[in-house]
Amino acid sequence: MKNNVLLEVKDLVVRYETDDGVVQALNSVSLSLQQGRILGVVGETGAGKTTLAKAIMQLIPTPPGVIASGSVFFDGQDLLTFSKQHMRSVRGQQISMIFQDPMTSLNPVMFVGEQIMEVIRSHNPEMKKSEARAKAGEMLEMVGIPAERAVEYPHQFSGGMKQRVIIAIALACNPKLLIADEPTTALDVTIQAQVLDMIRELKQKLDTSIILITHDLGVVAQNCDDVAILYAGEIIEHGSLRDIFKAHQHPYTEGLFKSIPSLASKAQRLEPIKGLMPDPTNLPSGCKFSDRCQHTKPECRDQMPPFVDVGGGHWVRCVLAGKGGVG
Amino acid sequence: MSEPLIRVSGLKKYFNTPSGFLHAVEDVSFSLDPQKTLGVVGESGCGKSTLGRAILRLQEPTAGEVWFEGENILSYDAARLKQLRCRMQIIFQDPFASLNPRMSVFETIAEPLLIQGVFSKKDRTGLTRAVREMMDQVGLAERLINSYPHELDGGRRQRIGVARALVLNPRFLVCDEPVSALDVSIQAQILNLMQELQQQLGLTYLFITHDLSVVKHISDDIMVMYLGQVVEKAPAERIFENPLHPYTQALLSAIPIPDPDYKQERVLLKGEVTSPINPEPGCRFAKRCPQVTTACLKANLPLIEVEDNHYVACTLFGSAGAQHHAVRG
Repeated sequence: MKNNVLLEVKDLVVRYETDDGVVQALNSVSLSLQQGRILGVVGETGAGKTTLAKAIMQLIPTPPGVIASGSVFFDGQDLLTFSKQHMRSVRGQQISMIFQDPMTSLNPVMFVGEQIMEVIRSHNPEMKKSEARAKAGEMLEMVGIPAERAVEYPHQFSGGMKQRVIIAIALACNPKLLIADEPTTALDVTIQAQVLDMIRELKQKLDTSIILITHDLGVVAQNCDDVAILYAGEIIEHGSLRDIFKAHQHPYTEGLFKSIPSLASKAQRLEPIKGLMPDPTNLPSGCKFSDRCQHTKPECRDQMPPFVDVGGGHWVRCVLAGKGGVG
Repeated sequence: MSEPLIRVSGLKKYFNTPSGFLHAVEDVSFSLDPQKTLGVVGESGCGKSTLGRAILRLQEPTAGEVWFEGENILSYDAARLKQLRCRMQIIFQDPFASLNPRMSVFETIAEPLLIQGVFSKKDRTGLTRAVREMMDQVGLAERLINSYPHELDGGRRQRIGVARALVLNPRFLVCDEPVSALDVSIQAQILNLMQELQQQLGLTYLFITHDLSVVKHISDDIMVMYLGQVVEKAPAERIFENPLHPYTQALLSAIPIPDPDYKQERVLLKGEVTSPINPEPGCRFAKRCPQVTTACLKANLPLIEVEDNHYVACTLFGSAGAQHHAVRG
């Protein structure tokens, strides 16, 4: 299984150099995704989730964004060494992205069918228009929208259907990797369930690997195979779904789970993590979570704890890792 | 049992649109005892926010009655309504949009006190003391008193929203999605704050949200709405243990549970949402309902008490349906 790594991000560092200081958006992020699996990337606002997705896609606006160091191996090749021209052929064709807000990601003055055709034709310039149109209709049918509706505008669709159109665009060229940035956050729960079911089904059918970026641990539990927890631009824990949900070791992961009201038990009080995420222009030295952690030791503040494998590909960045964790 | 603090009966709110009347809130009735929390859940567009606003008369109801402390407030004139604002307040959803960016924390929290004439502008000491006490109560550090909203994070901004609502010492608060715009760790802090304040100050909440785990955590009773109609109302525990309405069942089965061992059995909904503009009589969920019968489309269905304090508006229950339920239960 290990040899089937589709995407490997190594020590990726991304900064935004602004007038008000340097925003350290990603600090030495490493993660890997195997062929055919769904990786959930979990983090709060400002943790760097979207920056990570954009860095993989090479969509970081420069300036102010700078990819300072690291590598992004996709199918064995480092995307960071690709030319702009080369990268453009990868985007949409090999790696696709779904953005958070279905209401603003579509062009309001273009038929949805044409928007799907646009992707197909830009990656297959020799394809005839009629062929592309047929393919666009097929994609719509695949996401459960009648092909006749290709000649309608986005405002004629409901939120859930718009998100399906976006998924159809993203999958039109049959990419190997789909990055979904909060694909269902703007949707109601019953619609969210439909869209996630569909993404999983399509994954089976097309053998696409997926990075699912979300802040919802419920969505992760029901859809992902692996999980990476992002905090202040660092991955602090990375492992299989069971590692993270049943045997997490990092105090931040623990805090996240204690913050969600449970439907199963009747807790009188929640136990939120105290304090706030540190300012990314002024991160603490050492462990980024040390200011909020209940288990902080002097050495936590001195230097960044190493990212250690506590067994079977379960990685934790904490001095407590492997010593029984927080439990 | 104590006298209910608020009693809503037959409340309707219709909006006039170019294509007809949009029935946003259709014949909603409930009563809420002091110091209790009624959670209102439903998906976007089901009328839950409009309900909250209509109760406060931020939007004038089309028909119905709202009894607050024994008086029908829909008969109030503007002057009495202004006085009433001291006792009924609202916390809004988006802490980024609901605060005036040009007003400091002090000005924002002091404004209701000045409008209501609790303090005069000249009484700077009294005003400052009241604002400081309020800030302390909602956990805002004193040094932030002259900060502006853009300098603060979402959690602190929402604390300002809570402080502004509470500074007049109201008895009843409509909380319109107060935590949906916040991250989970911050959301938990605000939920805890709201529960503490409820106990300390004896507050009564109408808590509007689309997040079912939040609503279960904070509510005593839960009311489920679908396209303007209340389809089910029951004590919080019972809604989750024994959801009766097919829509409630579908809604609950769609929540992703943060436990990989939990295998979900989804009730998948088919079909399109009925338009709330000039709707046909009958259950508005009928078109998507897996258990629809012809009886569902005859007339609007009343809420029927099927067990203690558990009401449902569905043809599966009621005179004929009660037996059906008895067999299942």
